[in-house]
Amino acid sequence: MSTPIATPSDAPRFAPSRGRVSVSGAADESLPGEHLETKTVGQVTVVDPVMGARGVNVHYGTKHAIKDVNIDVAKNAVIAFIGPSGCGKSTFLRCLNRMNDTIEGAKVTGLITLDGRDIYERRQDVVQLRAQVGMVFQKPNPFPKSIYENVAYGPRIHGLAATRADLDEIVQTSLQKAGLWEEVKDRLDHPGTGLSGGQQQRLCIARAIAVDPEVILMDEPCSALDPIATAKIEDLIDELRQNYAIVIVTHNMQQAARVSQRTAYFHLGDLIEVGPTDQIFTNPRHKLTEDYITGRFG
Amino acid sequence: MTDATPVPVLTSREKVAATLKRRYRAELRFRAYGLSAVLIGIMCVVFLFWTIIQKGYTAFEQTYIQLDVAYSAEDLDPAGRRAPDDLQAANYQLPVRAALRAAFPDVQGRSELKKLYGLVSGAAEQTLRDRVLANPRLIGQRDSVWVLADDRVDMLAKGKIDRSLPESDRAIDDMELRLFDALKAGRHVEVRFNSPFFTSGDSREPEQAGVLGALVGTLLTLLVTLVISFPIGVAAAVYLEEFARRNRLTDLIEVNINNLAAVPSIVFGLLGLAMFIQFFGLPRSAPLVGGLVLSLMTLPTIIIASRSALKAVPPSIREAAFGMGASKVQTVMHHVLPLAMPGMLTGAIIGMARALGESAPLLMIGMVAFIVDVPKGLTDPATVLPVQIFLWATSPERAFVERTSGAIMVLLAFLLLMNAVAVFLRSRFERRW
Ligand SMILES: Nc1ncnc2c1ncn2[C@@H]1O[C@H](COP(=O)(O)OP(=O)(O)OP(=O)(O)O)[C@@H](O)[C@H]1O
Ligand SMILES: [Mg+2]
Repeated sequence: MSTPIATPSDAPRFAPSRGRVSVSGAADESLPGEHLETKTVGQVTVVDPVMGARGVNVHYGTKHAIKDVNIDVAKNAVIAFIGPSGCGKSTFLRCLNRMNDTIEGAKVTGLITLDGRDIYERRQDVVQLRAQVGMVFQKPNPFPKSIYENVAYGPRIHGLAATRADLDEIVQTSLQKAGLWEEVKDRLDHPGTGLSGGQQQRLCIARAIAVDPEVILMDEPCSALDPIATAKIEDLIDELRQNYAIVIVTHNMQQAARVSQRTAYFHLGDLIEVGPTDQIFTNPRHKLTEDYITGRFG
Repeated sequence: MTDATPVPVLTSREKVAATLKRRYRAELRFRAYGLSAVLIGIMCVVFLFWTIIQKGYTAFEQTYIQLDVAYSAEDLDPAGRRAPDDLQAANYQLPVRAALRAAFPDVQGRSELKKLYGLVSGAAEQTLRDRVLANPRLIGQRDSVWVLADDRVDMLAKGKIDRSLPESDRAIDDMELRLFDALKAGRHVEVRFNSPFFTSGDSREPEQAGVLGALVGTLLTLLVTLVISFPIGVAAAVYLEEFARRNRLTDLIEVNINNLAAVPSIVFGLLGLAMFIQFFGLPRSAPLVGGLVLSLMTLPTIIIASRSALKAVPPSIREAAFGMGASKVQTVMHHVLPLAMPGMLTGAIIGMARALGESAPLLMIGMVAFIVDVPKGLTDPATVLPVQIFLWATSPERAFVERTSGAIMVLLAFLLLMNAVAVFLRSRFERRW
């Protein structure tokens, strides 16, 4: 890979571009003593991350879909994954709540931590992990049950509500947080599949936050929605940031710029560059990132 | 001659227009084929139903003869105790014959009397016995009773015997005709709804033969089949589809299940004979064994249908459940299974309908025996409707022809009922996503 890049002299906080580096400055304090070897340009680590990935590789059979990715997910912030189609964004996202476990032939190696604990270790229960790391999918996929049941499902299987009143309360606050309460409060017993696409997606978000996760993963949550519904979801993401860490995959550059604080650029399974969103979009340091965001390919 | 006519240059729109006519014709042809196929199908069904109903509706009617019976105390209860045992054991042929002789005092001679007695069914005695047992005070009284007519008289009353035939070719001779006409003129003959057809088991006498035994046998057999094959079939399908890893072994299992579905049913009968009866020592002719054999036959159908129903559940639903932290079992139980249930029920009904019409494997395990008693449990000897139909169809008596068609109608009604239940259940379960 030929990568003529800007020298990081102006950005001392970020790790240098390639080779064996020791993460310095602010990031160094977050993971004391860590000696991070990475080919990724930019600020891979953050202070007090909620999730971290170190040397993550994913193989689908013989296909090497994710190649040695290192990245941290910060608390109360949105990080956007961008990159051309097929570069592995969804694959990496699904590593973060072990959804890849359900795919036959998918093999994940490396270290992924949640609050400092390895989520792939034997003792880690996937059920518990997925209660902490929620997921919203590209296509709205409410259960073919009532709106109420959709939101109540998570709390119910995880035993979060002791009484019916508790459950009602959780359903209401979740729907309120997802900005859907006013629209559906009179028809909670109607099927969730009867809502519009944008409403369905907000229902899926409400469903995800009903179990009070720490991290919410969103895989192109707006790609099936019109601009107005998209704007609503984006506002919602911005609000949810107060309480949750959010990882969002998007093909929409403007969306990444609008909602995220950090942006990560993937290319053919490699994590090329990570940095503050405004910097990535105004002053990318890697040639591939620049080519992509200026629309030269992808 | 080359310069005269310029080659017309067609625009693509014109080219399309040129093909349109052909396409419309092809479409029309195709629709005509489809329509005629449907029409032929409907015609066959109508013809089938028409012939069966035409032949069989009279099976639901039965001829009765009115007798003026005297329950003489000397004949029936010489001890005079009116004890139920005595009344039960009494010879009720005497009052029946006496009543017939009283109705036709002019009939004399051994063979003539035999013909006279032959007008009523052997069941007449039982009718009288039942009446007396229900009310012992009838002894010494007179009573007007409607009793079953003999099957030949029944045929005659229903107009199924051609009176214009020469006597030697008729099932009923001239004297019997005369007696019958006399009874009829005196309004002592009536054709009524044939309730015994639905309330009694098989009999050598057509007029006493009913479908209840076979119906109950079918019901019990299918119950066993459903209870065994549906849960096992669904469980196997769920395991293979949702839990098992894809490898050589599961591929082998899959191929074998598909092959089993195509195995001729009589082979399952042999298997059942060898396994359930000879090895496990279960009773012959029992609905339990019949149900087990039919389960073997139905299982592959249910598994295949259930698997395709599971495959049809969109993966997004599974992802949603997994993403919420549902375990595999919760995902299957809460989301996948309810969505696949309509398809599974359809598979079950197809399998059960096939089992309902099956006779060959049941012949192998002895459910073809002549059984008069209505089965009371899973291990009582029993037969099933298709076998009953087969037995009646091969009986020589004229009156069994209509019984055969009648039993076919009962079988079809059973099938329709089963399908109706399935449609109802399916619509209860059916949900959109
Ligand atoms: N289940 C799978 N089995 C085999 N290969 C897969 C599977 N899922 C994804 N891949 C491959 O892994 C690579 C990364 O796929 P992934 O879905 O992560 O891409 P993506 O960045 O999300 O793309 P898009 O933007 O189009 O969603 C692709 O080359 C894809 O073909
Ligand atoms: Mg993707």
